[in-house]
Amino acid sequence: MTILLAVFLLTMLVITAVAIVRTRDLFAAVMLLGIFSLLMAANFFVLDAADVALTEAAVGAGISTVLFLGALALTAARERESGDSRWLPLVVVVIMAATVVYATFDKPALGDPNAPVHQHVAPWYLSETPRLIDIPNVVTAVLGSYRGYDTLGEVFVVFTAGIAVLFLLGSGRPGELFSRPPDELSTGGLKHHLIPRVVGKLLIPFIILFGLYVQFHGEYGPGGGFQAGAIIAAGVILYALLEGETRALAALPESALKVMVIGGALLYTLVGVVCMLMGGNFLDYSVLSTNSVAGQQLGIILIEAGVGLAVTGVLLSIFHAFAARATA
Amino acid sequence: MTLTAQLPALQVVLPMLTAPLVAFLRLPQLSWLATTVASATAFGIAVLLTQAVLGTGTLDYAMGGWPAPYGIALAIDEFGALLLLIVTGASTIALLAGKASLDQQIESARQPLFYAGWLLALAGLSGIVMTGDAFNIFVFMEISSLAAYMLVAGGPDRRALTAVFKYLIMGTVGATFYLIGIGLVYMMTGTLNLADMEARIAEVADLKPILVAAGFITIGLALKAAVFPLHAWLPNAYTFAPHAVTVFLAACSTKVSLYVLLRFDFFVFQGNLERHDVQFAGFLLPLALLAILVGSLAAVFERNLKRLLAYSSIAQIGYILLGASCVSLLGLTAGIVHMFNHALAKGALFLAVACIGVRLSRLWVDDLAGLARQMPWTLAAFVAGGLSLIGIPGTAGFISKWYLISAALEQGLTGVLTIVVIVVSSLLAVVYIWRIVEVAYFGSRDAQSPPVSEAPLSLLLPTWFIVIANVYFGLVPALPVDLASAAARSLLGHLL
Repeated sequence: MTILLAVFLLTMLVITAVAIVRTRDLFAAVMLLGIFSLLMAANFFVLDAADVALTEAAVGAGISTVLFLGALALTAARERESGDSRWLPLVVVVIMAATVVYATFDKPALGDPNAPVHQHVAPWYLSETPRLIDIPNVVTAVLGSYRGYDTLGEVFVVFTAGIAVLFLLGSGRPGELFSRPPDELSTGGLKHHLIPRVVGKLLIPFIILFGLYVQFHGEYGPGGGFQAGAIIAAGVILYALLEGETRALAALPESALKVMVIGGALLYTLVGVVCMLMGGNFLDYSVLSTNSVAGQQLGIILIEAGVGLAVTGVLLSIFHAFAARATA
Repeated sequence: MTLTAQLPALQVVLPMLTAPLVAFLRLPQLSWLATTVASATAFGIAVLLTQAVLGTGTLDYAMGGWPAPYGIALAIDEFGALLLLIVTGASTIALLAGKASLDQQIESARQPLFYAGWLLALAGLSGIVMTGDAFNIFVFMEISSLAAYMLVAGGPDRRALTAVFKYLIMGTVGATFYLIGIGLVYMMTGTLNLADMEARIAEVADLKPILVAAGFITIGLALKAAVFPLHAWLPNAYTFAPHAVTVFLAACSTKVSLYVLLRFDFFVFQGNLERHDVQFAGFLLPLALLAILVGSLAAVFERNLKRLLAYSSIAQIGYILLGASCVSLLGLTAGIVHMFNHALAKGALFLAVACIGVRLSRLWVDDLAGLARQMPWTLAAFVAGGLSLIGIPGTAGFISKWYLISAALEQGLTGVLTIVVIVVSSLLAVVYIWRIVEVAYFGSRDAQSPPVSEAPLSLLLPTWFIVIANVYFGLVPALPVDLASAAARSLLGHLL
C-alpha cells in the first residue's frame, strides 16, 4: 500500500516537474511549484521523515510561493520565447538522471535494517539520547545538539539570504529597511472580497498558535524552530495579503523585525559562546547547568528559540522587501 | 578550557557573531571599522593556529563536545592553515585598502548590510576550510556562496546583476552536485565525518553509488572552482563586482573549492577506489593544460582590464590543478604553494586595479594610456604584480613555476608536454601584462581628458605591502613551501 502511494506521488511529481518546465505562464509555474512542494512533502511523510515534510510544506508550498508571487508582481507574467535550443539542457538532464538511477543499482533496499545508515551512528543516537539528553524526539537531539553546529550554519544561511535580499531590494536610505511609496498608497489587500477575508482572519490565530505549538513541542514530536518560524511567518503573510502589506507592517513593524533577525542569530551564537565561557566547547550545552542533561535541554530550548525568531524575522523581511517594491 | 584550545571555534564564530551586529548599524563608518577589526582579529587567529599546527600537527576540535563521528569535528592541518592565512589575509587587506573604493561604489546607507555580507563570506570560507565533516562543508559553502553573490551584485554597474545570476545558477548546480554525492556516500557508509568515511568506504568501494558519488563531488566542486571548461561564470562575476570584492574573492574563493576537491579526493577516494589516482590525473591533466592555454590566450585578446585578469585567473587555476594532477609530492607541493603565491600576485594586481578604479570610471586597457606619468606608484605596483604572475625570479610566482617544472620533470614524456605548456603560457602572460605596461608607460593621454592624481595613500600602502610580500615570499619562501609540502605529504599519506 505504501509502495503504491509512493509510486503515485512520484509519478505526480514528474508530471508536475514537466509541466513547470513547459509552461510559459509564470503564474501557472509558481502555482505548480507549490504543488510540487506539497507532493514532495507527502513523499517525505511516506518515508517517515515528518520533520522534513513539515518544513517542505511550510517553506516550499507556503512561503516560497508567496515570494515568487511577490517577484512576479515586479516582472512580466509570461516568459519570453528564447531562441536557444532546449535540446542540450534536456540531454544533460537525461544523462544526469540516468547516472543517479545507475547509482541506485547497488543501493541497500528501502527500509533495510542492515543498511549502513542504520548500522553506524544512528544506533548510537537512539541508544545514548535518553541518557545524555533525555528527550523523546531524537531528530531534535541530532539537529539541536549533536549536529548543532550545522543547524547554526543553516540559521546563518537564512540570515545571509535575508541580508542579501534587503541589500538588493532595500530602500537605500539610512535606517530604513524597505522601500516605501511616497504617499503611503499601498494598502491594497482583499478589502472587497468578503469571504476570503472572513475565513482568512478566522484561520490566522490558529496558524500562529500551531506555529507556537510546533516551536515548543519540537522536543516531543516533529517540529522545531525552522518549521515554527515558517508557519508563523505564513500566518503574518496571510494577514498582509488580506489586509494590505502596510497594515501587516504596522502590526509587526520594521524595528521588531530587525530585533527578531539580529536577536535570533545572536541568541544561537551567544549560547555557544556562553558554553565556551563556562568551560565547555562551543555549543556544548552540558556545562550550562550542574546537571548535564538539564543543561542540554536548556541549550536546545534556547537555540530553538533563536532559530524560530531568526527564521520568522528573515522570512517576513524578505516578504516585505518584495511587497514594498511591488507597490512602490 | 584555555583560550588557545578554543581558537579553532573562534576563527568562524568571531566573524559570524559580528555580522548581525553590523548589519543594521546607522553609521557606515563604524560598520567598516567593526568589520575590519573582526577580519584582522580573524587573521591573527589564523596566524596563531598556523603556529600551533606547525608545532604540534593537526588540531582537532569537537563542536558541542561530541566526539566524531557523532558530532561535528573541526580538523585543521597544514593545508587548512595555509588556506586560512589566504582567506583571512585577503579579506583583511581588501577591507583595509578598499575603504576609499567601496565608499565610491556602494551607497553609504547600504554599506552596513554590505559589510555584514562580507563578514558572512569570510565566516563561510573559513568554516569550509576548518571542518572535518562533509555535510558541514556544504552548509558553510551555502553561507559563503550566498554572501559572495550578494557582494558581487553590489557593483555599481547594472550588468553585475546578470553576471551574478549566472554565477548563482552555476554555483547552485555545483553545490547540488556536491550534495548528491554526499548523499550517496552517506547512504553507503552511514557517516558524514571525512576521516570516518575514509575508513568505512573501503568495504563498499567500487560499488556503483560510490563511483557515481566520486563523479558528482568532483564535478560539483570543479564547477565552483571554475575549472576549465566550467569557468563560464567567473569572468563577468570578477569584472562587474566592486573592486575590493574582486580583490577578496579572486584571492581565495575558487581556491577554497579546490581545497575541498583535493581533500575529498585524496582523503576519501584515492586510497579506496581502484586506479582512482590514474583516472584523477587522466581526467584533470588535460583540463589543467587546456585551462592554462585557453585562459592565457583569452587574456591576450581581452580589452577590459578586470576581465583580462579574470581570464588569467582561469589559467592560474589550471596551474594549481596541473600540480595536483601529477599525484606526486613535488606536484602537490607546487599546486598548493601556487594557491598562496597566486593569491599574492593576483591580490597585488587587483589592488592596483582598485587604485586605478578610484580615479577612472572606465577600466578598458586603452583608458590607461599614459597613466603611468600621473599614477606612477600604482602602475609600478601593477608591474611588480605582473612580474610575479609571469614568474620572474625574485618574486613569489617564480617559486611556484620552479616547483611545477621540477614536478613535471619527474613525469617523463607527459612532463615535456607540460613544460612546453608552462613556458608558452608564461610567454603569453608576458604578452598580456606587457600590453598594459606599453599603453600605460608609452601611450599618451588624451588631451581632453581631465587630469588624474595618484591614488590615495590608504589604498597605495596596502597595495605596496602586498607587492613587498610578493618579493619577500619570492626570496624567503620557507613558510608557504613548508606548509605546502607538509600538506602534500598528508594528502599522499592517505594513498597508502
